Amino acid sequence: MLYREVGEYKTSYAEDSQTFPIKFDRYRYFFVLLVGILFVPFVINDYWAGAVFLPFLIYAIASLGLNILTGYCGQVSLGTGGFMAVGAYAAYKLMTAFPDLNIFFVVIISGFVTAAVGTMFGLPSLRIKGFYLAVATLAAQFFLVWLFNKVGWFYNYSASGQITAPARSLGDFLITGPDATPAAQYLFCFLFVFILAWIARNLTRGKIGRSWMAIRDMDIAAEIIGVNPLIAKLSAFAISSFYVGVAGALFFTVYLGAVEVTEAFNIQKSFIVLFMIIIGGLGSIFGSFAGAAFMVLMPVVLKNLLVTQLGWATDIAAHFEFIIIGGLIVFFLIVEPHGLAQLWNLLKQKLRLWPFPY
Amino acid sequence: MSKASISIGGVTGKVPVMEIKNIVLRFGGVVAIQDISFDIYEGEIRAIIGPNGAGKSSMLNVINGFYHPQEGEVWFRGRKRAAMKPYQIAHQGIARTFQNIALFKGMSALDNIMTGRFTHMKKGVFSQMIWKGSAEREEYENREIVERVIDFLEIQHIRKTPVGALPYGLQKRVELGRALAAEPQLLLLDEPMAGMNVEEKEDMSRYILDVNSEFGTTVALIEHDMGVVMDISDRVVVMDYGKKIGDGSPDEVRNDQAVIDAYLGVSDN
Repeated sequence: MLYREVGEYKTSYAEDSQTFPIKFDRYRYFFVLLVGILFVPFVINDYWAGAVFLPFLIYAIASLGLNILTGYCGQVSLGTGGFMAVGAYAAYKLMTAFPDLNIFFVVIISGFVTAAVGTMFGLPSLRIKGFYLAVATLAAQFFLVWLFNKVGWFYNYSASGQITAPARSLGDFLITGPDATPAAQYLFCFLFVFILAWIARNLTRGKIGRSWMAIRDMDIAAEIIGVNPLIAKLSAFAISSFYVGVAGALFFTVYLGAVEVTEAFNIQKSFIVLFMIIIGGLGSIFGSFAGAAFMVLMPVVLKNLLVTQLGWATDIAAHFEFIIIGGLIVFFLIVEPHGLAQLWNLLKQKLRLWPFPY
Repeated sequence: MSKASISIGGVTGKVPVMEIKNIVLRFGGVVAIQDISFDIYEGEIRAIIGPNGAGKSSMLNVINGFYHPQEGEVWFRGRKRAAMKPYQIAHQGIARTFQNIALFKGMSALDNIMTGRFTHMKKGVFSQMIWKGSAEREEYENREIVERVIDFLEIQHIRKTPVGALPYGLQKRVELGRALAAEPQLLLLDEPMAGMNVEEKEDMSRYILDVNSEFGTTVALIEHDMGVVMDISDRVVVMDYGKKIGDGSPDEVRNDQAVIDAYLGVSDN
């Protein structure tokens, strides 16, 4: 049958704490992985990569990162755009300073650079909480964007102030630059998403994840249990910034190719990623993906619907997009404040008994 | 100090786990604790009682490091304790529960109690990222201990329920479980029976007595229900207006004139 617990007997703690406790769920997960690796790369074209898959995968990494910080550790951050910019500019400086460095390591090192910067901006979280911390991270957002715009060293004193990703390849496949194939780019991002999602799941299910959630839910009680708030909060900032930095590096090198910091990494980026985790579900790995998918796919779907199907003028459709997406966000938050992940859980609860709910 | 040295029958040994020496705690001009000394013996149940505002909770907060007293010393296991942060004190083996339940609302009962194992889990970030192997093994070893606590407290059925959805009595039990999971040497309970009905109080008393006798855990508790205090504790400290007014076995304290005056009031003539 479709989705049943019948016949699932957990006889060990390992089986009891599986990520996908129900067989159908496990198969579905492997199915998605197989389709993602064996099917999508062969049919992907420039439009699908550029409009759907690359932004979805990259935003999924960013929202995983922000979800670790905000959803799991409870530290609100509005600096995501700024931290993505750190990742992008670190990648650019690395690519231009070390032309022989493998693009894979460029992205990873950019993540570490961002982790260092993020930890530094996380220091105020030891003293301030909630909205006040959000304002402090907002300062990071504005400061970082200003810095990359102002100091020529970061963009190698190029006349336009833009940074452009040189062509780099992994093995025989071009990953960055104008000649890169969408399939190679897609697989490159897919690899990062897979590894990082797996690590996020492992971190959040174990000791360190529980220490984050303890700090989020009741910091005083966390402290008497032995959680050092300094280490818990700063590790959340570091790991979250690592994810966001990787997302920023991929966003620049693979997705956009050329970036102007005030446009690509402004405050709107911070808000988009924050919306993703709120709509998707705070404190949920699945929610990070669902939120990223929602925010990436909605504009594409709406555009197709309004312009192609209904024949509206492009500019009017573009404005209505904002209205409709805003309305949908409000609607979702009223219907299910815990996001798409909670809706998904409810659906699974119902599915367990379907079609005989009694 | 004459009363403190009176010998008590039963399980109580005479080795002090904790000695509180001449603690003075002031908040600005307000003196919350005024020159209080007492000790807690290995394996006993020590109660701290007193009217509202007597400074009992402040005393617990001094013991587990939320407040730093202006004067006096805290000795733990025969050694003077330096000023420490609460999480460092947790690593020394002191656990506590709170007067108003301080559970992690977004987590399941199981995860709450697993969090109590924090001080016993040593694996670093990188082995947790990989999970398979050492981190996983450590997790399940600790899970086993947590399951024993869950069995002990008879909360198997709510293992995976988010604690926010549990009734008050069960939340109190989960919180006790979280403190027990740490396998503390000294367990501090701040009004473990506040707001409970008689049956729940009886259950909770049984758990406290069982913890004490089965695991040999030393317990210090604050409680307002005199019947419970007199029944389960080995020795009682009585506080009033930040001062210690009595110390001894329940019977002695019950008959102490200063204690009776503090609880019932004194007539003017």
